[in-house]
Amino acid sequence: MPAELIFNVAVGGVLTGLVYGLMALGLSVIFGVVRVVNFAHGEMMTLGMYAAVVLFGSLGLDPLLMLVPVAAALFVIGYILQSTLINPFVNRPEHSQFMLLVAVAMIMVNGLLMIFGPNARNTLVSYALDSYQVGPLIIDAVRLYAAVAAMAVALALFAFFKLTPTGKAIRACADNYLGAQVVGLNVKRLYAFTFGVGAACVGAAGCIMVLLIDVTPQIGPAYTLLAFVIVIVGGLGSMPGALLGGILIGLSEAMAGLFFVPSAKGMFAFAILVLVLLLRPQGLLGKKA
Amino acid sequence: MSTKSSDQNPVVSGIDRRSALAGIAAGTAAAVAPFNIVKAQDKVLKIGVILPRSGVQAFFGQSCAKGAEIAEEVLRQVGYDQKFEILNADFESNVDVARSRAERLINDGAHVLVGPFDSGAAMAIAQVTEQRRVPFVCNIAAVPQLTEQGYKFVFRIFPTSVDLVRNGLLGFKDIFAATGKTPQTAVFMHINDTFGQANKAAIDRLFPTADMPFKILDTIAYDPAARDLSVEVAKAKATNADLLMVVSRLNDAILLVREMVKQRWEPMGIMSPGSPGMYEAQFFQTLGKYSDYAVSVVPWYNPTTKLSAMVGAAFNKKFPKDSLVGNIFNVGFTFESIMVAVDAFKRAGTTDPVALADAIRTTDLTNRLMIGGPIKFDAKGQNMNVGSAVLQNFNQRPSVVFPKDAAEAAPVFPMPGWSQRA
Repeated sequence: MPAELIFNVAVGGVLTGLVYGLMALGLSVIFGVVRVVNFAHGEMMTLGMYAAVVLFGSLGLDPLLMLVPVAAALFVIGYILQSTLINPFVNRPEHSQFMLLVAVAMIMVNGLLMIFGPNARNTLVSYALDSYQVGPLIIDAVRLYAAVAAMAVALALFAFFKLTPTGKAIRACADNYLGAQVVGLNVKRLYAFTFGVGAACVGAAGCIMVLLIDVTPQIGPAYTLLAFVIVIVGGLGSMPGALLGGILIGLSEAMAGLFFVPSAKGMFAFAILVLVLLLRPQGLLGKKA
Repeated sequence: MSTKSSDQNPVVSGIDRRSALAGIAAGTAAAVAPFNIVKAQDKVLKIGVILPRSGVQAFFGQSCAKGAEIAEEVLRQVGYDQKFEILNADFESNVDVARSRAERLINDGAHVLVGPFDSGAAMAIAQVTEQRRVPFVCNIAAVPQLTEQGYKFVFRIFPTSVDLVRNGLLGFKDIFAATGKTPQTAVFMHINDTFGQANKAAIDRLFPTADMPFKILDTIAYDPAARDLSVEVAKAKATNADLLMVVSRLNDAILLVREMVKQRWEPMGIMSPGSPGMYEAQFFQTLGKYSDYAVSVVPWYNPTTKLSAMVGAAFNKKFPKDSLVGNIFNVGFTFESIMVAVDAFKRAGTTDPVALADAIRTTDLTNRLMIGGPIKFDAKGQNMNVGSAVLQNFNQRPSVVFPKDAAEAAPVFPMPGWSQRA
């Protein structure tokens, strides 16, 4: 097998993986702080994708330029969702949280189906079919821009949690719930804020993802599952772990498609999941319980 | 022991004659009434149209559905005044759902089923209709086994994958002969579902003796639900094959061409020996100039027939914003399937499923819009007369290049590179 083929495919896998990582980052943020597993994660990404499709279709606005407004819109949705619907369930059994969020997911899927119908939609931007050639390496332009945007959003998120007072307060809630309350932090509001941030993150991922794949209302569940695989592989609650998990899964899918049967490449992500659960159950960068 | 209440009205065991006569009359009316209702129902044929109206094949299902929607108007014009009612069902591009939807349609009173576009779903539905002894007229599905299982209630107007591929390979030769250019090598990519595998099996069977001028360097199967085919296209490109031979559906055909453009892979041609996708309206809308020059050898409509003109007029009236040519494959076969059902109903004069099936078995419909001879079924329920046309895309529209007597344009091979497209 030619070396340039392997290299081309590997680069493509890493670039895709970065976008996966951003998608999973939102899930990791939400779980790491609020301790709620967002089973509507993929559906929220689908909302972001459709927002980008509508803005592109009606106003000709590039999805990459609409990152911030779409993320802001999803932040508001996530904030309201958490403060009204999810907050009462935070201390309830996990199966109740699961059923609530699955119900929310189904409402989103069917709502999108009613509004947009089942046909696939995309954003055919002017550079959609461009590529860069560097020697034998051909890099898909859209995938490159998407990966750069994903990295930028991830870095912004890290900076938010590391450097801003609100970010530090959220980390305090995650580290010590009681202590955070004792020092006077409004934990409920911070939980809602965090859920909003997670939703904004996945909304941004949706804006980026719509450049790579076509959107239909039914793709949400597959990406919820993929996000779970990534955060479990990377370490639940670990933000760097989510990015690393995304890159690993993106790369493994690409390599599996190249060296094994392309039609079965999706199963390798689950094979990695099983290995991680057996050998390092806390995930690659997760902390042991 | 009888007692007499009067001479005119003898009483037997407490019931007088008047009451007895009234009771007999009421009982007779009650006994006959259901048959009257059934007889009235016999006058309306219920056709269950089962299609993938959502999911990955939603475009095809909705396109086929347009054929069902114009059927009543066109069949009246043709001279069928039998009443029929369409019962619609969506199997969501999911084979398991197809089975349950077929059951539900039959429970809802469907006398005959038409559909489903997909080979896997067709196999599942055929099992149901055979068990329930309800005729099933398959509009589009190529898997050979559908009519090889000895089913008595399953009929198919579409060719099998073997016939599709046989016609496809012959069509390829026509193009090479007409242009004087011949590829030496090819890479074969196919969708990994029932339809794709059936076509692959047909190619494996026919290719060795088809005397084709090229050899197949590699075969690459891909997931029907894949949203990214970059790895598959990279593998195909790495073979350095002259020709891309593809068995695809719509969404994956779009993904394939997009990736080929991004990865700057310019083979001599992209040719399909009998699969959907590259002549569909959405393929042109999405890819624009990059959709041109792709070749599909498929069963197609004959634009010169009267019935084609009627169907075209009805379609354009009902769907003014849609392209007839971009939908005619799906519309044509679905319409013809409904025509077969209504024609059988006319000859059988009843909705009894066994009688309907017997009538379908003796169908001989010469008034068609699709290329080929009369619709006639063999003992296995397979239509014996379906032809194929060679289509090539020009100016974002499929044009017939063979057979010559229906040709609208001359073939172009090899195709211009991506950067040379106007």
